[in-house]
Amino acid sequence: MSADNAITSGQYIAHHLEHLTLNLKTFAIGDTSGGFWTLNLDTLLVSIIIGILVMTTLRIAAKRMTEIPGKLQNVAEILIGYVDNTVHEIFHHKNTFIPALALTIFVWVFAMNAMDLLPVDLLPRVLGHFGVPYFKSVPTADPNATFALSISVFLLIIFFNIRVKKLGFLKEMLTFPFGPYLFPINFIFRVIEECVKPISLALRLFGNMFAGELIFILIAILSWKIQWAPGAIWSIFHILIITLQAFLFMMLTIIYLGMAHESH
Amino acid sequence: MEITSVIGQVQAYSVLAAGLLISFAALGTAIGFGLLGGKFLEGVARQPELGPMLMVRMFIVAGLVDAFAAISIVMGLLLFFAENSFLRNALLAAKTSAGA
Repeated sequence: MSADNAITSGQYIAHHLEHLTLNLKTFAIGDTSGGFWTLNLDTLLVSIIIGILVMTTLRIAAKRMTEIPGKLQNVAEILIGYVDNTVHEIFHHKNTFIPALALTIFVWVFAMNAMDLLPVDLLPRVLGHFGVPYFKSVPTADPNATFALSISVFLLIIFFNIRVKKLGFLKEMLTFPFGPYLFPINFIFRVIEECVKPISLALRLFGNMFAGELIFILIAILSWKIQWAPGAIWSIFHILIITLQAFLFMMLTIIYLGMAHESH
Repeated sequence: MEITSVIGQVQAYSVLAAGLLISFAALGTAIGFGLLGGKFLEGVARQPELGPMLMVRMFIVAGLVDAFAAISIVMGLLLFFAENSFLRNALLAAKTSAGA
């Protein structure tokens, strides 16, 4: 912070809340006038890099499986066993896709959330030396990323509903919970119920991560002599939050997909 | 002189809004966590062997409880510490009207 004394704390916060954007109409970096046609490059890059890193780590662990497990294999086995148990506690149908989906969501979201534990100024400052004006290093603190995840889950819910129940899905939409004579009300209820799922899923993750990041930024404004104390406390508390939110996202995905498999 | 009173008004309302955002979010989660923890203790007192399982469930619900409160608290903190966007708009309007 010592080099930033020239700018006010308000400007410092505003600078940290700005994305590195790419305008798809003009292909100009840092141009936010594109409205809808704007890519948040930082979110995309960080999330894709993290995804590849996590995937290759687990792939290496799977490739080098040995009789006596090493450290990496132990961690991978604990993770997979835990996710597998959780899925089988909630989801009682035969399906190989959903445990894999749950593992992907848990590990990926956890790794993206864990970017929050890096010092807030580290990546923006380092990349600033290479001429990058803005950089937000936590992908899940961007509603676009969380909504991308939750809308994918929403599409899967619809897909499994139709695949499992076929025409029964339509019947269920029209006749549950009030019987066939009140079908418009049943239909509206069902549509609202389904649409609330992705919104609450995305906003929950986004809200927690955004709040965590902003509090780190607020701590970074404090004088350097005392910022270690609140920083340490909040970091330790945040380890709980990032794990919990990744776990919740996985858990709710399994519950929703389980509901899609159950008929009334 | 008029612009100072307008700025004062915007700031006063922003402070009220920030206070409400932070306090009501805190109030809601406090009540929620109180109920949650109380019921958890009741459950464990009744069946101590279910403790670990109930603890996991409690944390899941805790994660559900504090999520939207976090958004609200952060909006309040943004109003307090970051640049006030309502004030910025008021100042911009003042500037354009002064320029015209």
